[in-house]
Amino acid sequence: MQSIVVLFVMSALVFVGVYAIGNPVDILINPQADQEDIERAIKGLGLDKPLWEQYLVFLQRAAAGDLGKSFAFNVPAIQLILERMPATLELATAAMVIAIVLGIPLGLLAGLKPESLGARTIMAGSILGFSLPTFWVGLMLIMVFSVHLGWLPSNGRGPTTDLLGIPVSFLSWAGLRHLVLPATNLALFNLALVIRLTRSGTREAMLQDYVKYARAKGLSDARVIGVHVLKNISIPIVTVTGLQFGALIAFAIVTESIFAWPGMGKLLIDSINVLDRPVIVAYLLIIVTLFIAINLAVDLLYSVLDPRVRLADAKG
Amino acid sequence: MTPPADTPAASTEHPAPAAAVDLAASVPAGTEETPFRRLAVDFAASRLAVLGLVLFAAILFVAIFAPLLSPQNPYDLAQLDVLDSRLEPGARSGDGKHVFWLGTDDQGRDMLSAIFYGIRISLGVGVIATLGALALGMTLGLAAAYFGGRTDSIIMRIADIQLSFPAILIALVLLAVLGQGIDKIIIALLAVQWAYYARTVRSAALVERSKEYIEAATCLALPARRILFRHLMPNCLPPLIVVATVQVAHAIALEATLSFLGLGLPITEPSLGLLIANGFTYLLSGKYWISFFPGVALLLTIVSINLVGDQLRDVLNPRLQR
Repeated sequence: MQSIVVLFVMSALVFVGVYAIGNPVDILINPQADQEDIERAIKGLGLDKPLWEQYLVFLQRAAAGDLGKSFAFNVPAIQLILERMPATLELATAAMVIAIVLGIPLGLLAGLKPESLGARTIMAGSILGFSLPTFWVGLMLIMVFSVHLGWLPSNGRGPTTDLLGIPVSFLSWAGLRHLVLPATNLALFNLALVIRLTRSGTREAMLQDYVKYARAKGLSDARVIGVHVLKNISIPIVTVTGLQFGALIAFAIVTESIFAWPGMGKLLIDSINVLDRPVIVAYLLIIVTLFIAINLAVDLLYSVLDPRVRLADAKG
Repeated sequence: MTPPADTPAASTEHPAPAAAVDLAASVPAGTEETPFRRLAVDFAASRLAVLGLVLFAAILFVAIFAPLLSPQNPYDLAQLDVLDSRLEPGARSGDGKHVFWLGTDDQGRDMLSAIFYGIRISLGVGVIATLGALALGMTLGLAAAYFGGRTDSIIMRIADIQLSFPAILIALVLLAVLGQGIDKIIIALLAVQWAYYARTVRSAALVERSKEYIEAATCLALPARRILFRHLMPNCLPPLIVVATVQVAHAIALEATLSFLGLGLPITEPSLGLLIANGFTYLLSGKYWISFFPGVALLLTIVSINLVGDQLRDVLNPRLQR
């Protein structure tokens, strides 16, 4: 319920706000066009009506799944965004996978031997991961790996292959090579986050009675850590990384702009630059919806992982 | 006279006995122990934090005295020579008058000077936005904690909703709506940040509100404004200071990101982010210095502030007091 209110408020705010910036007619219509042409174009774009009427028309259409046509491309805005969405989702997923696959082992390492040199190095690295601005790291990655070493391509998505009708990059070698740099760039912040969460979780768990008990039973270190500790620390990790997935999609705006990755973040920046209002509004509505969906999914996952939550729900 | 006037001092004077002994040893005989001195001694315990503070002081110095320190005024077109464009670091200018230690950009601008001016703008925007957000967030947070009820739930609900979206998204939307300009970006940063302060101050104020001195002030029938700002606020400051230092670094990074995306500051007032964006195209052809050095300056600024903020958090947190 609250989420629907949020959606409405966002759409109205954005709609009114975006309307106030400027006149897209000046940008979109050929300056040599005569008065008649301009008027026809204004009518065609629906810009001649008062603001509230435009918003009402927009709401009516939005309810029917039509968020207006892009001024710049003259195709439905929602179609434009949905076309770009798989690229963004692939990038965000790849970043998440990198963060988890690297972050949990590193965090475990740092949590099990907190005083060792390795642990200190890992923690120092994670502080850097927090404080370096994403776009700057992206530039450095390009500078080192594309320009100086020439190992990896610095822009675009490379060839895509279809997986169940969705174009993806990670199935071909060339596509994978294009994916590595942007995904690493996007992953860094979350990698630092996962390392920190895993480390503090591990340090806490190692002191608990169940770990001592498992040890006393004579279980191997691998089993104690792999089964007992990992299971207990996974709850905060899942929650936080789950919620971070939305942030990844938002931060992909920056990464996509640097690596010219054809996702919806880059589309947003391009649209802001040419004042393509329907696309901006549609992007925001889609991302708000996405955020609400992610929160819901994390809640559900949480109850699957944590028996306490599940049982409390069943009782209440 | 009023009890809260000296409570900040009182709150820092409850260390564990061991710490008191420790301090007595480290403070030279004859000097009185003040809360500020205590803070300084605690702060100096971490060498890294002191390094951060020194670095930050140096950056601040550069920012304030940029016009005096810079070899040239990078925005005075009369001083630029297109023939000097894209020179490597350490190259001499065409007329042989000066050396470009960090190279030049595509308009023959000395990068070192551009960076000095850039730091000035980045730091200025970050600090102003943070102070503004601090004032706004603090007022709203205090009001929420003090009045409770509907005021509280409305303010905190807005803050919660806002915090559930990434800062960059909100800032982008606001800039898309407001347009470009230094004032616009400050508004955007302010709008993004106030919620952090509101939350922090509210939780601190909720604890303080139930203490006796507030009760005493209420019994004296002091006006709400006076209780809020003279009694409640000073006692909620330590956690806010910590949040504010870290947020200055965030604000600078966010501003740089937005400027890099071309939505922040206009080209006439280039911050570090814009300088980096300018050099991006040349980066691909191996002319690294146009982007690289402003990036290093940005990095040093952010890291030094974070180091100071981290140590401040440890020092000001009573739970961690050794």
